[in-house]
Amino acid sequence: MDIIVCVKHVPETAEAELKIDASGKSIDKSGLVFDINEWDDYALEEAVRIKEKFGGTVTAITIGPKDADSTLRKCLARGADTAIHLMDPKFEGSDAFAVAKILCGAIKTLHFDLILTGAQAGDDGSAMVGPILAELLGIPHATMVKKIELGTGLAKVNRELEGGLEEQLEVKLPALFAVQTGINEPRYVSIMGIRKAMQKEIKVMGLADIGLTENDVGLAGSWLNVEKMYVPPVEKQAEFIKGNPDEIAAKIVEILKSRGLI
Amino acid sequence: MAELFVLAEHRQGQMRDTTFEMLTKGREIAEKTGAELTAVLLGKDVKEHAKALSEYAKKVLLVEDAKLENFNSDAYQKVLAKLIKEHKPRLTMIGHTSYGVELAPRLAASLNLPLATDCIDLAFEDDAFVVTRQMYGGKVNVKAKLRKSESYMVTVRQAAFTAQKPASPANGQIIEVPSPLTEEITTKRFIQYVLPPPGGVDITAAEKLVGIGRGIKDQANVPVVEDLAKTLGAVLACSRPIVDKGWLPADRQVGSSGKTVKPKLYIALGISGAFQHVLGMKNSDLIIAVNKDPKAPIFSFSDYGVVEDMFKIVPALKNKIIEIRGQKA
Repeated sequence: MDIIVCVKHVPETAEAELKIDASGKSIDKSGLVFDINEWDDYALEEAVRIKEKFGGTVTAITIGPKDADSTLRKCLARGADTAIHLMDPKFEGSDAFAVAKILCGAIKTLHFDLILTGAQAGDDGSAMVGPILAELLGIPHATMVKKIELGTGLAKVNRELEGGLEEQLEVKLPALFAVQTGINEPRYVSIMGIRKAMQKEIKVMGLADIGLTENDVGLAGSWLNVEKMYVPPVEKQAEFIKGNPDEIAAKIVEILKSRGLI
Repeated sequence: MAELFVLAEHRQGQMRDTTFEMLTKGREIAEKTGAELTAVLLGKDVKEHAKALSEYAKKVLLVEDAKLENFNSDAYQKVLAKLIKEHKPRLTMIGHTSYGVELAPRLAASLNLPLATDCIDLAFEDDAFVVTRQMYGGKVNVKAKLRKSESYMVTVRQAAFTAQKPASPANGQIIEVPSPLTEEITTKRFIQYVLPPPGGVDITAAEKLVGIGRGIKDQANVPVVEDLAKTLGAVLACSRPIVDKGWLPADRQVGSSGKTVKPKLYIALGISGAFQHVLGMKNSDLIIAVNKDPKAPIFSFSDYGVVEDMFKIVPALKNKIIEIRGQKA
């Protein structure tokens, strides 16, 4: 089973205070720590588990600037066999549609039985790349995947619906599955894995290598053009309780008492 | 007359809220742009739904087929591609739901229609189509213009708009369209719904909840908060990442993919307030949030906020409650 995993190198922002940069269209990324997109982390783990069970290879592929190779190294350390880094200044400004085209350009020359992506990325949250890539490659897909059982020429997958409900589908292979977080428990990277990963080669490809033109990628090849980025207006603001922890705790207790909650 | 399509989403005989939210927003855009609002309904034995939709839309396109009994994005794609090619709607609205994200991107790519997903606002402005969406888990908004096109597509965030029946029913015309699905869909087949395992704790029944999020950092820290919850007589709940990591069972999850709760008290600890979580708890009677980031979205949904490390507040609060209880006794 040859598996391709598409990963994205994104800033960790869950606990960071974000600032808009001078362009007014992006966040100031200086000082932010970048890592593999959380959803893709689960996709990678799933790919490695399938390889361990059925044999085959795992290829990790990403689009991004030079720094993004640290995410590919992580994939190699965690069990990917090969890595492809799609890097070209012309790719800058690509939205999810352009990204899917770039990935398609690189992937259509490779052999694969399965493609895994994350269901979405933590930065733009568009949840588009996987299904569009499947359309461009002409293979079936399923998103929000919480379970994969591989059979011969077919896979049974569980898709997450809402409120804990899932649906089970049967999908023809080769297919693309966009996985939801929680599908597995990603492993930690071993020191051995890191050492081995450092020796592996990362194949770098640019626009000229994937059969696309300048008009297909970047802003020109995108559906979406960001006009401005801003901090969401506050509709309702919490009343902030200030003081040292003991004072704060006392005030909270007062509020709870006044409401009959203690 | 130009049309606006809204795809009706339904499951197991139930129309889903997102449908009426989109119809309400669609009506507003239709009025502003002089377009006609059309609901598109695909399914099997769904005429009753068509009637409900006709109260909101000028037209209901109804496609009935046994192959459309359960949602299948490949079947939906075939039918919708045909309808969009024939009607050339200026805009097609689909819910940003599990069904919507399975369907819309692929449908848009196949028709080469610009798509923006998870939109919280949308408008035609001077000939351009502009959307508002969020990035970085709701910490920033972006306003974006879609590439110029005759026809656009969006997926719309659930609960971004409030559903409102029109003052007078639209008395929409129900048009039955023959199904274009001549063959079985073989690429993807629906097998069954899988229900969540029956849980031990029903967080929807709890009067007081203490919710934990990413800020808990480590599984080893969970008992510290559990202690506080016990002292308070509350039940421990959480946001999605905690369940994904296996630190609490799935029946403790609050949010769009978990449970919707409405306790008398919800204390959010280290929860940033991504909309998926907020959807599940924003109607709690009293919400107190503790987060290190003063700009965390959770503070926009809370009654009281504390900008501080949760691990400084949790023990202090527990001690204070014990102290007060002691005085009472």
